[in-house]
Amino acid sequence: MFERISEFTDQWGIDIWNALLETFQMVSISLLLSVLIGLPLGVLLVLTRPGKAFENKFLFNLLNTLINIIRSIPFIILLFFILPFTKLIVGTTIGVKGVIVPLVVFTAPYIARLMESALLEVDKGVIEAYEAMGIKTRHIIWHVLVRESRPSIVLGLTIATIGLIGATAMAGLVGAGGLGDLAYRYGHLRYEVDVMYVTVFILIILVQGLQTFGNVLSARLKKN
Amino acid sequence: MIQLENITKVFQTKNNVTNALDDVSLHVKKGSIYGVIGYSGAGKSTLVRMVNLLEKPTSGKVYVDGKELTTLSTQKLNQVRRKIGMIFQSFNLLTTATVYQNIAIPLKLTGVSQKEIHNRVLKYLKVVGLEDKHDAYPSQLSGGQKQRVAIARALSHEPEVLLCDEATSALDPETTESILSLLEQINREFGITILLITHEMHVVQKICNEVAVMENGRIIEKGDVLGIFSKPKSATAKRFIKSIFHDEIPEQMVEDLKDKGQIVTLSFVGESSGKPVLARISKQFDVFPSILTGNITQLKDQPLGRLVVHLEGKAYETAKAVLFLQQEGIHVEGYVPEVKLSV
Ligand SMILES: Nc1ncnc2c1ncn2[C@@H]1O[C@H](COP(=O)(O)OP(=O)(O)OP(=O)(O)O)[C@@H](O)[C@H]1O
Ligand SMILES: [Mg+2]
Repeated sequence: MFERISEFTDQWGIDIWNALLETFQMVSISLLLSVLIGLPLGVLLVLTRPGKAFENKFLFNLLNTLINIIRSIPFIILLFFILPFTKLIVGTTIGVKGVIVPLVVFTAPYIARLMESALLEVDKGVIEAYEAMGIKTRHIIWHVLVRESRPSIVLGLTIATIGLIGATAMAGLVGAGGLGDLAYRYGHLRYEVDVMYVTVFILIILVQGLQTFGNVLSARLKKN
Repeated sequence: MIQLENITKVFQTKNNVTNALDDVSLHVKKGSIYGVIGYSGAGKSTLVRMVNLLEKPTSGKVYVDGKELTTLSTQKLNQVRRKIGMIFQSFNLLTTATVYQNIAIPLKLTGVSQKEIHNRVLKYLKVVGLEDKHDAYPSQLSGGQKQRVAIARALSHEPEVLLCDEATSALDPETTESILSLLEQINREFGITILLITHEMHVVQKICNEVAVMENGRIIEKGDVLGIFSKPKSATAKRFIKSIFHDEIPEQMVEDLKDKGQIVTLSFVGESSGKPVLARISKQFDVFPSILTGNITQLKDQPLGRLVVHLEGKAYETAKAVLFLQQEGIHVEGYVPEVKLSV
């Protein structure tokens, strides 16, 4: 038994380790960029909706529609669909660099939606109390809206991150590697079922761990 | 201190138009506690939200401390709002912040220095009696304690005016009393002018100097509390007063007694409350007063008594007795003149 494990580790350890690193790299970079784009978009969606501080029908409808359109496209199609755009932005369409762009385009609108619903949960009364105290709108956004919805934001980001891990599995198609790609290439195409099982197992642990971490963090932020 | 002039507010939604405020004018003197009372939907919240322009009037002018607010820029308005505290029925605290932070964060955002913030948080938590709750979260506090935090948060900006939108409506009677006492103390110690709205008459009774009664977006009656309590004119004001005295006479009894005289309600104010007037009318006139129910209650500054009395006797004697009572400074309500007196 131990022999088999060490034999397996010798043969595949490096590949799996590298694939894990590639997955981490893709997920963390695109998550960061997606939050940077998605959070402000979510705030904008909340503020421009009818009856809110910066009511703007045109902008709200534009954002709303755009997000819906992007979100209706499956990642695998999006990946090829925006190839020219990817090339324009990062100069290449392959490798980790080439896959970050479609991953962000895929995830940012999703995060915007998650942010939107998290921010909408915030009690209107508290916002009003802060308006009544003469506090600037941008401070209210950060110190009331975002602060009060942190528990929901964390849960939302957990979901988005897990979705992102799933999307990176298809990154292999443009040669970006990662765990999903490893499982697909060796496990499926070359019948190295052990590799497939191990990578799937690692993915399960990863997702479980992330969800648990997200739940705990959210609960700790909640305070009630 | 607060002056509303001819305020109207029209809410326009898809299917209907609501005249939430209809030509309302109101003047709250510096240092006083002014109550606005009315039933649900009367427009009370809309009215109080005019004062700090949380709601913009459709027409009319809003003056606070002599400054007209409706024409101010956002920035100027924010400056003015910092001197107008507000507390709410639902407390409106940050749920993710401690008591200390709930007071400190708004101070920080309005540019108060770190050291000053610390001093003020301590000072005002002491004023509201929550020195030992710095690190508690709102979810760990009772309703009354949450309202105290909200009051401390409002006071920490050292406002000149405090607006209260149904601040005690979510609290039990005992807690309500303690919050009202706190508001009165704040008014006395810091000279803060208070405008409060409520649908409970005993709130007005306990701490207000002046009161306005609202109905359908209009102020239908206003004046000093004693005047309204002893001589209510509108049906709504009368109903609110009844809710304090609980002196409704059973209908069957009213029917039975009507044949043998009249049922009147007497309000005694100040010194008139000490006189033995019923004994005197029974001696001077040919009437037999019998007390059906009676009650004395404490307004902010003085006691107010109400007696519901059955006056049995000839119409002429009854009329003379009523006139005598009125001359003694007693407000007589419910008397139906049956004869003309030639005095
Ligand atoms: N934002 C709004 N849009 C449309 N109508 C509104 C709005 N706010 C208030 N109204 C309407 O204006 C009227 C007065 O409302 P307001 O909240 O001032 O009443 P209130 O006296 O405070 O009642 P309550 O005791 O129930 O709080 C109501 O008919 C209400 O439906
Ligand atoms: Mg209201």
